[in-house]
Amino acid sequence: MREPLVRINGLTIDFDTGQSNVRALHGFDLQIEKGEAVGIVGESGSGKSITWLGALGLLGPRARVAGSVRLDGREILGLGEREMAAIRGKRVAMIFQDPTSSLNPVHRIGRQLVESLVLHRGMSARSASAEARRLLERVQIAAAAQRLSEYPHELSGGMNQRVMIAMALAGEPDLLIADEPTTALDVTIQAQILEVLKEMRRETGMGLVIISHDLGIVAELADRVVVMYAGRPVETAPVSRIFDAPRHPYTRGLLAALPEIDGALERLVAIPGQVPEPHKLPPGCPFAPRCAQANANVCDETVPTMRAIAQDHAAACALIHTAKPEALRSLELA
Amino acid sequence: MTSAPLISVSELRRTYKVKTTGGWFSPTAELKAVDGVSFDIRPGETLGLVGESGCGKSTTAKLVLGLIPATSGKVVFEGKPVAADSKRAWREQRRRMQMVYQDPLGALDRRLPVGAQAMEPLDIFGEGTKAERRDRMLALFDAVGLPRTSVDRYPHELSGGQRQRVVLARALMLRPSLLVCDEPISALDVSIQAQVINLLKDLQEQLGVAYLFISHDLKVVRHVSHRVAVMYLGRIVESGRPEAIMRAPAHPYSQALISAVPSPRARGKERIVLEGDPPSPVDIPKGCAFHPRCPLATDRCRSEAPELRPFGEQRHVACHRAGVSITSARGAA
Repeated sequence: MREPLVRINGLTIDFDTGQSNVRALHGFDLQIEKGEAVGIVGESGSGKSITWLGALGLLGPRARVAGSVRLDGREILGLGEREMAAIRGKRVAMIFQDPTSSLNPVHRIGRQLVESLVLHRGMSARSASAEARRLLERVQIAAAAQRLSEYPHELSGGMNQRVMIAMALAGEPDLLIADEPTTALDVTIQAQILEVLKEMRRETGMGLVIISHDLGIVAELADRVVVMYAGRPVETAPVSRIFDAPRHPYTRGLLAALPEIDGALERLVAIPGQVPEPHKLPPGCPFAPRCAQANANVCDETVPTMRAIAQDHAAACALIHTAKPEALRSLELA
Repeated sequence: MTSAPLISVSELRRTYKVKTTGGWFSPTAELKAVDGVSFDIRPGETLGLVGESGCGKSTTAKLVLGLIPATSGKVVFEGKPVAADSKRAWREQRRRMQMVYQDPLGALDRRLPVGAQAMEPLDIFGEGTKAERRDRMLALFDAVGLPRTSVDRYPHELSGGQRQRVVLARALMLRPSLLVCDEPISALDVSIQAQVINLLKDLQEQLGVAYLFISHDLKVVRHVSHRVAVMYLGRIVESGRPEAIMRAPAHPYSQALISAVPSPRARGKERIVLEGDPPSPVDIPKGCAFHPRCPLATDRCRSEAPELRPFGEQRHVACHRAGVSITSARGAA
């Protein structure tokens, strides 16, 4: 069988708080094929960001990362700092929510772009500066030549995020991990950045991991979606199935809680309660205390694992698998 | 609704003097944060103010409450002008108009139990006996859905959604008739946002409080507002009922704003993508401020600023080409 671009198996992340160990990620499995776009959805504390920071060795000494992360079949968890640095930015690039804090405020845009080109592509300074300009044009920055000699504070937030995308593309990565790339931006600028990301995928064929709390953004960019809750994946399916036929009560809850821009104006169905803190997880299913369908006998006892419902569709909910046919139907109608 | 307005804002302007870049002795320029904004809010009604960062929506909120003085224009609240002079008359008015900010943790005192700080407005205005104040506080904690056990908790012991409930309870303590909410749910998680939206609507029904609801999120504004005003660069460019505006936005900026909202239901829909960034409020373009980004702009738009004029029923639009659809104009071209 052909090896996928990324294969993550049983990834766990623990944080040493001094007094105790807090598990923030409880076993995460995922495969990403070449060129595939995977959306990771979840609320704060769901583990959607630390999964990737942990996989790329960016979490620092307080975190214990275990499990397996393979890139083209090669294990990268536990690689030395030098080998890891050769992967980050080159094979796998990452962009974050706040572009201005990822750019160096005292260096010109051009110098920062050239730096990554020299580092990742081994270009000479002269050819790198021509390439830097071409990269800025590719992310649709007007007057690219002039922008190269400007500082990050002279550019708008949307423009800086384009620079970050350009910089991420500098290493010609196989996978771009975009963590809430438009959350700090205005709606009309967000629309521009989404267009740029789509265009870049079409052009380069790179894989994309899009991490967001916004289901709308994930719906727009991803081929496949993973919904996370309290440090675990709870449902994964192709994008159309996640939104048209969600099965996990949390996924359904999230969609029902979402205000819409059109359609009938109904009272929102809020999910009661709040996301549990990582050190105070309930014993059974982490969503059970907030779940309208929860069954004390089943849900409070054991943590459900991801099981297939249909092809490419899996969920971690005991009710989906144990429910009698009529109970299943009520789940479908709910 | 034909009752007299609770608050009436007319031709509100606020400008700031700013240094242009260049040096210590460079000339100052005028930043127009709010540039002639007028609206009314009736008792028990919600006006949603939407726009992107820098459009002047938060400055408008501060002007309405008299937290900063206006450069020109007038705010009349419950029949009396609002003067930003911190004098007695203003302090009396401020009992009746309260504010809720985006970040509940920043709005709360970290060293005081939440019950005590929710009660503070009553303490400050010396309302009732101590027992009465506590009863009022407990009643409002019930109303906003906070367990009574949380009264003695500190802000950091509560979740984000619970903190915002404390802020709401405190804001409602003096029975205000107007609550100005500046991005009240933007800092909350998706599943918590719906709780607070529903709570705001329930409280309005129970207490008859009016909201000036400021948000960048059109989906949320649609759910809470009776009327909506869209702002761009310090001006209202379109106002009217949310359903009418969301279904058929008449101003090209509203069209772009609404089409830019990502939604799982509207996957793969064609979207209007505006070019460029909003211009700096220091250097607002001549004519219509939106013309450099507008796909429909004509010569007239470049020279003559459009007034906010009636457009259909209960709607106002400031555009020379109001009602022309960007999508169909593109299709025809």
